[in-house]
Amino acid sequence: MATIRDTDIAIVGWAQTPSVRRSAQSEPQLCFDAIQAAVEHAGIDRREIGFTCSGSCDYLTGGPFAFVANLEAAGAWPPISESHVEMDGAWALYEAWVRLQHGDIDSALVFGSGKSSASAPAELYPQQLDPYYLAPIGLDPVSMAALQARALLDAGKATERDFAEVVARSRRNASNNPNAQVRGEVDIDKLLAEDYVCAPLRRHDLPPISDGAAAVVLATADRARQLTDQPVYIRGIDHRVEPHQLGMRELTASASTTLAAQRAGLAVGKPDVAELSATFSPQELILREALGLGPDTVINPSGGPLTANPVMATGLIRIIEAARALTEGGQRYRRALAHATGGQCLQHNLVCVLEVE
Amino acid sequence: MAEPCAIVGIGQTKHDKSRADVSMAGLVREAAIRALDDAGLTWRDIEAVVIGKAPDAFEGVMQPELFLADALGATGKPVFRVHTAGSVGGSTAIVGMHLIESRIHERVLVVAFEKQSEGNAQWGLAGGRSGGIGAGGAFAPFVRAYIERSGAPEYIGWQVAVKDRQNALKNPYAHLRLADISIEKVKDSPMLWDPIHFLESCPSSDGACAMVLTDEAGGRAAAAANPPAWVLATAVRSELSTFPGRDAVRPQAGVDCAHDVYRQAGITDPRSQIDVAELYVPFSWYEPMWLEGHDIAALGEGWKMTDRGETEITGSFPVNPSGGVLSSNPIGASGMLRLAEAAMQVRGRAGEHQVDGARVALGQAYGGNAQYFAMAVFGSELERVG
Repeated sequence: MATIRDTDIAIVGWAQTPSVRRSAQSEPQLCFDAIQAAVEHAGIDRREIGFTCSGSCDYLTGGPFAFVANLEAAGAWPPISESHVEMDGAWALYEAWVRLQHGDIDSALVFGSGKSSASAPAELYPQQLDPYYLAPIGLDPVSMAALQARALLDAGKATERDFAEVVARSRRNASNNPNAQVRGEVDIDKLLAEDYVCAPLRRHDLPPISDGAAAVVLATADRARQLTDQPVYIRGIDHRVEPHQLGMRELTASASTTLAAQRAGLAVGKPDVAELSATFSPQELILREALGLGPDTVINPSGGPLTANPVMATGLIRIIEAARALTEGGQRYRRALAHATGGQCLQHNLVCVLEVE
Repeated sequence: MAEPCAIVGIGQTKHDKSRADVSMAGLVREAAIRALDDAGLTWRDIEAVVIGKAPDAFEGVMQPELFLADALGATGKPVFRVHTAGSVGGSTAIVGMHLIESRIHERVLVVAFEKQSEGNAQWGLAGGRSGGIGAGGAFAPFVRAYIERSGAPEYIGWQVAVKDRQNALKNPYAHLRLADISIEKVKDSPMLWDPIHFLESCPSSDGACAMVLTDEAGGRAAAAANPPAWVLATAVRSELSTFPGRDAVRPQAGVDCAHDVYRQAGITDPRSQIDVAELYVPFSWYEPMWLEGHDIAALGEGWKMTDRGETEITGSFPVNPSGGVLSSNPIGASGMLRLAEAAMQVRGRAGEHQVDGARVALGQAYGGNAQYFAMAVFGSELERVG
């Protein structure tokens, strides 16, 4: 890999709660567990952390200022330098990465959390759409993902068997992931024999509904080397958005993912492993093409969002799983890509390129 | 070393009870286009957009930045959504400043808004349940504690309410324009949350604010045509909502945040070295409370500054010459308005409410249970104070 610069930032600790359909713990409790474990993993004293940033969504919790309670988990006393994004925790990591460039602090804590069990996605997500033109028609995420999948089929870019193969591989990979919610060997023909939920999508093409939280500790290169003998360096991170209206986008491609990957420096070399926030199976095919990923890159070794999808932590977990792939399991991977998404049908995309020495 | 950041464009909407003439997209564009025009730039020049607003429940749109991305000319650009309760407008601007200071972008648009008429803020503040006490209900006990602690006479709150509304008459964008405001009117207005009267409270407003940020080269290039405001310091602090022994009148997070920006800006005596302050005062008593809470005045002395008229536009330490939150309160934008108005002062561009000779200005926003703080110090020159 390229020489480590002083301004490089590394991931030095991480943790996540297991994704479950309905957690008995409150969101602050889930955050607390993830934060405690991540701080312990980093081997850092929580009080020396220079900046904290979190990502969560009021609407998932069903009340305004829901993130204020999560502050309890961050241990905000004495007062801390802290911020919050109404986006996936991967964007909170982006803000912390920006903040660490200034050179006046050397570590940061990031967390993301969401309890989707509190609401029904089909009722909730229409509220995320343009309130004047789209929300009133109640367009739900599965219907939108089905439109995208249909466009992919009609363009001749994929078949329903391709979708099922993504599902089968994801569940097989999740067999080794204790935090996954769905796992196991499945027969592709049996998957294809199932009924549609919303054609051309079958139930297994949809993500599970999950509760969960994740946390990451970042440090500057100097501090990272003191904390661990294997820092995971962030070599680039960028995010880009596309128009909101589905009709304004090419749904079978992801121009913003391609652009974010260019800006994040993916051109330096193919990643050995990629963790993609493909929350519906067809989206993995779109993302692989957008990122130029071929058979040499292992996709979603964790099982990905089709096996665990705690919204607002899902993207941050991709970064964690990419870091795990680089440091655990003895695969000798050198470069990993993590992708996070926001909005419907891949409207907003973040790409993070990670490397180990 | 961080790259210096300059504010080269500032825009805000006319704030009003209901801006039924524009959609949410129209509202944010109104502010953003004014900021771009002020900077002499176009949408194409902007590399990234940072957007903030208070809870999504206020308008009933989850993560509205997703549908606003089109209106903000952000296709193919990063759009970043901040939410830190009432301080969000301030922290949104600070997140944008960090993008410049870290040299990731050269021109960033920050925008904050609230369109309170789309929903019901009291319902939203109550978590979508009935029987909410509102922000005034949450802060009234802190105000009473301040009065008891400081021995301030009850008319101090009335004075602030009158002063800020009189200042608003000099601000064409202000929501409330109460030409006949008087101490008697404030005193006789209905008691909402003892000791806070109706006329000591902020309004519910629709409005937006935007700023164009750039780096040192951009700031210097702009200076010939239009003086920039230089960012001398920024800081954010948060603390827990409540716990035994917490000082909610003078929260430690507010003290720490102030000391952090003073240190960065080289300010050792804020009372004499800061020329003007835009402080988040949604209820009148918060003026003396923040003067003491940010160590501008000694403990128990803040209300005396108000009483002596020192916080008037012509006083020795003007506070909220724009009319402040008491005159315009698009919640998510209110914090950014404080920073924007402070920046306008050091640019000499505040029009009728310009403070003569303002060269160093403080902008402050707070939120939650008086637990989130975002503060910035701006200068007319890129040099430390003192």
